[in-house]
Amino acid sequence: MTDLIDTPASPAPDPRDRGGPAQPMLIVENIKKYFPIRAGLLNKQVAEVKAVDDISFYVLKGETLGIVGESGCGKSTLARLLMYLIDKDEGHLILDGDTVGEKSGVGLDGLRRSLQMVFQDSYSSLNPRLPIEQSIAYGPRVQGAKPRQAKEQARALLDQVGLLPDRFGQRYPHELSGGQKQRVNIARALALDPRLLILDEAVSALDKSVEAQVLNLLGDLKQALNLTYIFISHDLHVVRFISDRVLVMYLGQVVEIGPVDKLYENPLHPYTQALLACRLSMDPDERVEAAPLAGDPPNPVNPPSGCRFHTRCPHAEEICMAKAPPLGDVLRADPQDHLAACHMVKPGSGHSKAPATLAELFNI
Amino acid sequence: MTDIPAGSMPVPATQGAPATKVRGYWGNVWNKLRYDPVTLFCMGLILLIILSAVFAPWLAPLDPEKSSMANRLRPIGHPKFLLGTDEQGRDILSRLLYGGRVSLMMGIVPVVFATLIGGAFGIIAGYYGGKVNMVIMRTMDVFFAFPSVLLAVAIAGSLGGGIGNQMLTLTVVLIPPICRVAETATSQVRSLDFVDAARASGASTLSILFTHVLINVLSPVLVYASTLVSISIILAAGLSFLGLGVSPPTADWGLMLSTLRQAIYVQPLVTALPGIAILITSIAFNLVSDGLRQAMDVKA
Repeated sequence: MTDLIDTPASPAPDPRDRGGPAQPMLIVENIKKYFPIRAGLLNKQVAEVKAVDDISFYVLKGETLGIVGESGCGKSTLARLLMYLIDKDEGHLILDGDTVGEKSGVGLDGLRRSLQMVFQDSYSSLNPRLPIEQSIAYGPRVQGAKPRQAKEQARALLDQVGLLPDRFGQRYPHELSGGQKQRVNIARALALDPRLLILDEAVSALDKSVEAQVLNLLGDLKQALNLTYIFISHDLHVVRFISDRVLVMYLGQVVEIGPVDKLYENPLHPYTQALLACRLSMDPDERVEAAPLAGDPPNPVNPPSGCRFHTRCPHAEEICMAKAPPLGDVLRADPQDHLAACHMVKPGSGHSKAPATLAELFNI
Repeated sequence: MTDIPAGSMPVPATQGAPATKVRGYWGNVWNKLRYDPVTLFCMGLILLIILSAVFAPWLAPLDPEKSSMANRLRPIGHPKFLLGTDEQGRDILSRLLYGGRVSLMMGIVPVVFATLIGGAFGIIAGYYGGKVNMVIMRTMDVFFAFPSVLLAVAIAGSLGGGIGNQMLTLTVVLIPPICRVAETATSQVRSLDFVDAARASGASTLSILFTHVLINVLSPVLVYASTLVSISIILAAGLSFLGLGVSPPTADWGLMLSTLRQAIYVQPLVTALPGIAILITSIAFNLVSDGLRQAMDVKA
């Protein structure tokens, strides 16, 4: 088994590299997606859901970036935006130094080969009428591989994800267990030899022992194929286990981002603190008895003014309602930097609990 | 998760059941049909009806259009006319065999064309959604607004009689329901993740439609189309009965029913024969489509 936590973002030279080992695998710049709500006789747009509202981050080569947040905070929309499955309203994607979808940059086909996704629902993400071998071979086929070559590749991939090609290749999805199906989905995602894999709740639907097997498989594959992961989940334990850095989302925005250990040991944003307090402990004496966070997330159609979390925040003050706290320049920050969009961590923000200086915050 | 020591988790052991003989999709369908005696019997019956229609010239004992005034309205069991004769003294058995040709053609050809056209429109509407869907489906709704018989009569009435026009009429009448079924099935498939996964691998829309959508839409559409065969036969018979279909003296079950009805008090059994032929054929098609629906359900 590979120990994922201590895996540094290894700058192992890869022949597929174009931007050099220090160039992030993917840079997401101010990406936005608003879904219009139409109503009335003329189908006029009456409002919009701010599903993903101005999100920026980068993923280093060989890194695992965990994305956490409540249901409905825009995690899956973000994943689909990155995959170009839905069109973004604003923003840029920079893949290994090349802007996606612009004349000078890398085309959509190049993005598709470099970026693949494993979906949450292992059943609906496989065609029920195709034997799994054909499902895996489909990607290489549409990218121009010969049928025999694609088939050989599919069989090799099945072997790589721990399924015997002779036994499983001709089976249909309904003849496989949940874990086996998710292995097939991983194999299908790997069929185009991607650099970056987006895992959208890829292990959430599996039972714990199978989940552990699939997580180990993901760790092994990452080493063997020099992959980069964006791991989307609501399971904080799993995210801590697999991630190098973690990004916390709330109502379509990033509220906190930082290295996994710093973020878990010293969460800066009250929302992150509440999320982490929800984790179940292995010790029955430390059970969580009261919900750390009350109420539902506000409606993303009309997000609260100022800080979007102020309606549920125990530390909310005047300033929080008036002014949205900045997260800081995520794209220029060091990977080791720990940033939070909260007035309480910004010196001189006007919040009573704000530190006078940065040093005070980190108790230096 | 962090506190699980490295190596304590089991090695992936997904070796499953011993290798079994793997059947393809159609192999599975056939395997289920094998144990369904009703469907098998009805399939045999349909085959028999088709064969008897195809080989009518060899099977028919007499010329179906040769009338004989001396032998009008003979009863069933007559030594020369096994199933009796009609009001012009033509042999009913021969006319039934020849009439099967027209009636089966009326049942099958319009359904095939309506499935191709309606299926294509339905898949396009379901896959693209939005405005494309609205234009196609609202147009279909206009046709839905009329009862199918009324619509058929209206179209056939304006086009005039004849086999070609009758088939055209039936095709137009059958397109909207098939389009609706294809659209529903497609929009369900469209929302599943494997279509997104296919798009993410860079596949063209055409490739996705053929490899991923069609294969999943095919079975509901085929099953529904098979139920329409009997409806089409009955509609065709109705049009012929009203004089909007094939014209005399061509043998056709609906037309036979129409002309024989004047003799219902003289020879009720003989008069019923074309109706019984229509009944048996449509019931057989309906039962086969029932059986197919069960056999084509993958998950069962």
